[in-house]
Amino acid sequence: MKLNTLTLKESLDGLHKGDFSLDEIYRDLDQAYTEHNTKLNVYLSKNEHALEQSRAKSTLPLKGLPIAVKDNFCTRDLPSTASSAVLEGFRPQYESTVTKRLQEQGGIVYGKTNLDAFAHGSSTETSDFGPTLNPRNPEHLPGGSSGGSAAAIAGDLAIASIGSETAGSIRQPSAWCGTVGFKPSYGRASRFGVAAMASSTDSPGPITKTVEDACILLNTFAGHDPLDGTSYSEKSPDFTQFLDQSIKGMKIGLIYQDIEELATNNALLQKELEILRELGATIEVAQAMDPHPAIGVYTVVQRAEVSSNLARYDGIRYGQDRSHFGAEAKRRIMLGTFTLTAGHADKYYETAQKVRTLYLEDYKRLFANYDVLISLTSPSYAKKVGVSADAAMFGELEDMLLEASSVSGLPGINVPFFRDPDTNLYLGASLIAPMWQEGNIIKVADAFEKNSKWNSWRNRN
Amino acid sequence: MSYELVCGLEIHAELKTKSKMFCGCKNDPFGAPAPNTHTCPVCLGMPGGLPVANRQAIEWTIKLGLALNCQINLFSKFDRKNYFYPDLPKGYQISQFDLPFCYDGYIDTSEGRVRIHRIHLEEDTAKLSHQEIDLDGDGKLDKATLIDFNRSSVPLVEVVTEADIKSANQAKEYGQKLRQIMRYLEIADCDMEKGGMRLEANISLRPVGQSTLPNYKVECKNINSFKFLEAAIGYEMERQAVLLDQNQIPDQETRGYNPTTGKTFAQRSKEDAADYRYFPDPDLPPLRFTQEQIEAIRATLPELPDQKASRLAKTYDLNQKSAIEISASLKKARFYEPLLELAQKNELNPQKLVNALLNKKIDFTLQDEPAQVLQMFKEMQSTDVVDDKELSTIITQVLANNQDAVEKYKAGKTAVLGFLLGQIMKTLGKKVDVEQVRQELIKTLN
Repeated sequence: MKLNTLTLKESLDGLHKGDFSLDEIYRDLDQAYTEHNTKLNVYLSKNEHALEQSRAKSTLPLKGLPIAVKDNFCTRDLPSTASSAVLEGFRPQYESTVTKRLQEQGGIVYGKTNLDAFAHGSSTETSDFGPTLNPRNPEHLPGGSSGGSAAAIAGDLAIASIGSETAGSIRQPSAWCGTVGFKPSYGRASRFGVAAMASSTDSPGPITKTVEDACILLNTFAGHDPLDGTSYSEKSPDFTQFLDQSIKGMKIGLIYQDIEELATNNALLQKELEILRELGATIEVAQAMDPHPAIGVYTVVQRAEVSSNLARYDGIRYGQDRSHFGAEAKRRIMLGTFTLTAGHADKYYETAQKVRTLYLEDYKRLFANYDVLISLTSPSYAKKVGVSADAAMFGELEDMLLEASSVSGLPGINVPFFRDPDTNLYLGASLIAPMWQEGNIIKVADAFEKNSKWNSWRNRN
Repeated sequence: MSYELVCGLEIHAELKTKSKMFCGCKNDPFGAPAPNTHTCPVCLGMPGGLPVANRQAIEWTIKLGLALNCQINLFSKFDRKNYFYPDLPKGYQISQFDLPFCYDGYIDTSEGRVRIHRIHLEEDTAKLSHQEIDLDGDGKLDKATLIDFNRSSVPLVEVVTEADIKSANQAKEYGQKLRQIMRYLEIADCDMEKGGMRLEANISLRPVGQSTLPNYKVECKNINSFKFLEAAIGYEMERQAVLLDQNQIPDQETRGYNPTTGKTFAQRSKEDAADYRYFPDPDLPPLRFTQEQIEAIRATLPELPDQKASRLAKTYDLNQKSAIEISASLKKARFYEPLLELAQKNELNPQKLVNALLNKKIDFTLQDEPAQVLQMFKEMQSTDVVDDKELSTIITQVLANNQDAVEKYKAGKTAVLGFLLGQIMKTLGKKVDVEQVRQELIKTLN
């Protein structure tokens, strides 16, 4: 077996037992990189010193293992472009808190992965450096914006990876690529050093091969950061403690079951979730607030924040002026500027904030009755390359099922629950829990993964 | 027609916290060894840089508000003020829009109360300097603008008054009092020359007797001394009166002040005014305070200049003018207070002591020890012993030599007494109690 296909847990165990060496892992990974990266365009840049750096880390928790990192994380001396031509050539002299902690725990930044430019999108097609292709089926997209990180996992081009989500950017590409994507509660992982998209919802998180891997990786970087004023002050739990737990008696609400265009995939989801009932959980259909207005809320709030967050790329620093912004960034800056303009702010920005409060209240109501809410992650399978080109609102429609939970800051996870044998493409289930209750979704996602046949690493041929 | 001034001030002052407003960089823009040394990804506005609010700066702003009799918002937040300028690395300034920390306060001046509309906290911008340097190495100088980010994100309070100011002199007095209070609180140095304190005046006129606000407003910006503030207001009053007399409404605009010509000049018309697209900064959680927290800050308020002056006047039986003068700065007050206390213990007259010091009768510095200064005062006052006989002889002698003066005195011109007293003292050549000599002189004359 090629060692690049190992899960994080398997790699750690094997290194511990001496079944193989770090060099062998890097050798297999480098080979896979050479074979596939040019075509798939997963990595924008590769850390040429990865193996060398890994040697000093063998006694640390992550033992020097190679981790793929989304290119909107600032990494010292390594290119950090957020897939935008505006930042081409930018090598920060500082490190994001997430990657700093990752490295302190023995992780190695193997390379920087592609994304929609400035994370604006759900396809990676808006990257100024070309789209990433879905390793499960290269005629299709990996989703986005963390498409590169999800593809790195699906294509075994990394042992584990880091993504970031504003509204679906970890979970949706994970659904399309058949990987696990874990967006922790907003504030659980520091945003320091991550090129900001929409500050009020940006959340770093792991994209991995298994739920267990996601917990191991999240453990290395979650927790309070004095450099991020919005980071959560309480200590993070050991997320692996929620693995292999009984889900007996847990109450699960199935939401978004009455949306007509989702009927086929919802039927598949309900069928697959039967396994949870067998494991002792109760499952019932629950009525959540219509997700459609969330698109408006998210669009208005996010565009407003984007227009302000991108103002720093004013052409004075970084070498490239504002003409280097892609079409999507320009669209978002225009829309955000408009919604914040005097006379419109009441109508758009403030209304959006009010609707956001309605979603928060709706989740409060639902979580009074349920430990976990489950729905489809994405309405569909991975779409074909080229589909987002003329669809300005492509991402918002794609992420519709996740936006309400994103604007509410809730933790969520994607687990694969079905694979279409004809296309080799996956469907993913989205599990969400109340703020800071990541344990709930870990328990259920782990139980589902281990008791169903859809995780491609747990069910290798 | 005769007009009256309608004027409000907006005054910015840099707080002297240890670190900057939103990052851990040293807050020392004037003491930095070189440009761009006190910088980091946050105050340079680099990707992923996040602001974290400086608690000390917030507490100091509230403390200033309490000192200026303000109400305090128990729920407050920071907002982004969006505009482009090379000195603003993020493309927005973190400021406060609708919920400033403090509102509705006042400062009393000799010409009446000036109400304070609001006090908010924001971050300073970087500093631009326009220079000519050879950028391309062709031996010719090129125009260049250099940016120093040492000042970027230094905490800056803005104190905004209502349009209560009725004269240029009152504007100056208000500004001086505000500066004095900030220095008393030890939260700002207010060095105007370096830009540690910046003045802006909104100036308009209305016919005397009218009570509604004028329908225009001229903003005078970037004034860096109280003298210039007074002069700029004075100039504007004349300029605007001429226009109003010609039935013209002065343009709503921003003007600068040129100290060389003593005139203001148009800088920017209000039509170009930016829409700042304020919205709450999502990087900074809103702030909530309890009444107890506010009271705890209030408890740290020192005695303020006016209070100190009244207390000193009362305790040591000083006249108002001296009391105000010795309370003018913390440095002065810290010198005079222990000194007066010691003087009182030694049963010395505090007013005489203060007079002697203020009139520079004693050679001293504000660093001198109270006991040392008091010793000098005592020496100055100390009297040599003179016996009655010696005194009587000298008086008789001086009177004999100054018959003219004696005549004048007898004719009712008592002012010559001082002259005669001087002559006697000179002849005595000793430090004697003047009062004793005076009594003796009057006795002899009569």
